[in-house]
Amino acid sequence: MSSRITLDGVGQTFWVRGDEDKQLREFVAIENLDLDVAAGEFLTVVGPSGCGKSTVLDLIAGLAEPTSGELRIDGKPITGPGLDRSVVFQQYTLLPWRTAAGNVEFALEAKGGLSKKERAAGAREYLELVGLSEFANRYPHELSGGMKQRVAIARSLSYQPEVLLMDEPFGALDAQTRERLQEELVGIWKRTGTTVVFITHDIEEAVFLGQRVAVMSARPGGIKAIINVDLDRDAAAETDVRATREFAAYRHRIWSLLREQHAPAARTEELVHA
Amino acid sequence: MPSLIAEKTEARPNPRQEEAARAKGVSPGRRRAVSVARGVAGILTLALIWELAPTYGLVDAYFIPPLHVVLEEWWQMATDGELAKHVGASLVRSAIGFGLAIVVAIPVGAAIAWYRPVREFSTPVLEVFRNTAALAILPVFTLILGIGEASKISIVLYACFFPILLATISGVATVDPQLLRSAKVLGLSPVATFRKVVFPAAVPTIFTGIRISGAAAILVLIAAEMIGATAGLGFLINYAQFNFLIPKMYAAIITTALLGVAVNYGLVALERRFSRWRPA
Ligand SMILES: Nc1ncnc2c1ncn2[C@@H]1O[C@H](COP(=O)(O)OP(=O)(O)O)[C@@H](O)[C@H]1O
Ligand SMILES: [Mg+2]
Repeated sequence: MSSRITLDGVGQTFWVRGDEDKQLREFVAIENLDLDVAAGEFLTVVGPSGCGKSTVLDLIAGLAEPTSGELRIDGKPITGPGLDRSVVFQQYTLLPWRTAAGNVEFALEAKGGLSKKERAAGAREYLELVGLSEFANRYPHELSGGMKQRVAIARSLSYQPEVLLMDEPFGALDAQTRERLQEELVGIWKRTGTTVVFITHDIEEAVFLGQRVAVMSARPGGIKAIINVDLDRDAAAETDVRATREFAAYRHRIWSLLREQHAPAARTEELVHA
Repeated sequence: MPSLIAEKTEARPNPRQEEAARAKGVSPGRRRAVSVARGVAGILTLALIWELAPTYGLVDAYFIPPLHVVLEEWWQMATDGELAKHVGASLVRSAIGFGLAIVVAIPVGAAIAWYRPVREFSTPVLEVFRNTAALAILPVFTLILGIGEASKISIVLYACFFPILLATISGVATVDPQLLRSAKVLGLSPVATFRKVVFPAAVPTIFTGIRISGAAAILVLIAAEMIGATAGLGFLINYAQFNFLIPKMYAAIITTALLGVAVNYGLVALERRFSRWRPA
């Protein structure tokens, strides 16, 4: 199950109040952004912090409306959130008063049409998928950061969305946990065939996960380039893909793209402060 | 003797180590039995001072009789049913007022918090009411409702209402936006969002208000009963003082204190029962 997503000339402006003049003015977060995500694809979006990655994701999720342009899922315009899409945020968004299983059931309750027993069975199934069967009855505060994100992923997958949107979901985790979860996520994606849009500011993460990497530019945000990544991730368990020459080449290409746009900006900032 | 600093900064296993060991870190010096024993010792010290100070003439034994005299009187009142009558009268009044306050304040508070204009409109008014001491309003209640049960229950209701109301408003209004975003992603209706996300998230805050109210219920009632009543602990204290039944007065005061402690402990236990999910 998967869907195709199209963004067509999407722009988003926010009202902001200037730090110095205290005046209300418009701030262009993203401008004229085009993006096509194929059905079943794993696309990563990488860009510096503040370039508008979350803004794009919120728009696809239907949490916000664009000021211009159009977003479509399988050709139908996106008008709001829907159970065809699910989101995993960076901040842990589990309900703290519900156990791991209860949190997965929460999503199934929202989906509706399932008996209590079916919901419990669904929760068990998806917690197993993320390797948390033993922790089904733990409350979020009794879980580590990595486990919490696993529960959030299980919750997002439990209602079988066509598209999984992830906004820096592993950003707050330590390096080892992050790598393990990245590998698990690739495995889950292969098994479920869900379209994944994964946002990150970490170049290595983007290269490791994405079939394609969309590199974003900042101020205003837009897609600067899209890189096809062709790596043999099946071997990730035995060999260290991240240490291969190809991986390093992809990493460096994206790094250069990000550096290109960053260097002149940094220089002007220096001048302003001088 | 461990100071607060030593106690709070003591080396503990970090969460990863706890996870690896599948166990929770504990402090050797913080065994439950020891803490309880220290608490009991504190109470016994207070009792000893009360017993000895009048006996050795440090205070006037007529105005403050030794503890055993008061306890004998208390036992007498407990066995002949006098205490039960007054405690019963007070409990019924405060329970009705307190219960009504909970039943009314929570839905009203939730409704006020849900709509921002309503919230902004009513918050200053509510602050005025909350900060008007309930006892200052007592004459108004007596004027309108007479000196019977209605005015006493109303004053308890008044005193309990605002803490719960304001706690509900703040609990509902400060719900974690990130949780609301998750609910939105799942397409939850406003009613379902309230029931499954906002209200459970507000419960701990609401309970703080309920606990404040529980204490206020007894406090205000005792004072109200002193002014016009024929039964109740407040009446008993006042009556005993008026007739120089000094041990009886202290027995009633002790009962009031015990009642207050019991109510607070009951509410804390209830709160714990409803917030097992929170880190200790
Ligand atoms: N609701 C908002 N109001 C005003 N400015 C916003 C709002 N949301 C985001 N922005 C601004 O838009 C830019 C892009 O934000 P965001 O999409 O969160 O970036 P990223 O996720 O790439 O770090 C930032 O400069 C941010 O300050
Ligand atoms: Mg972001």
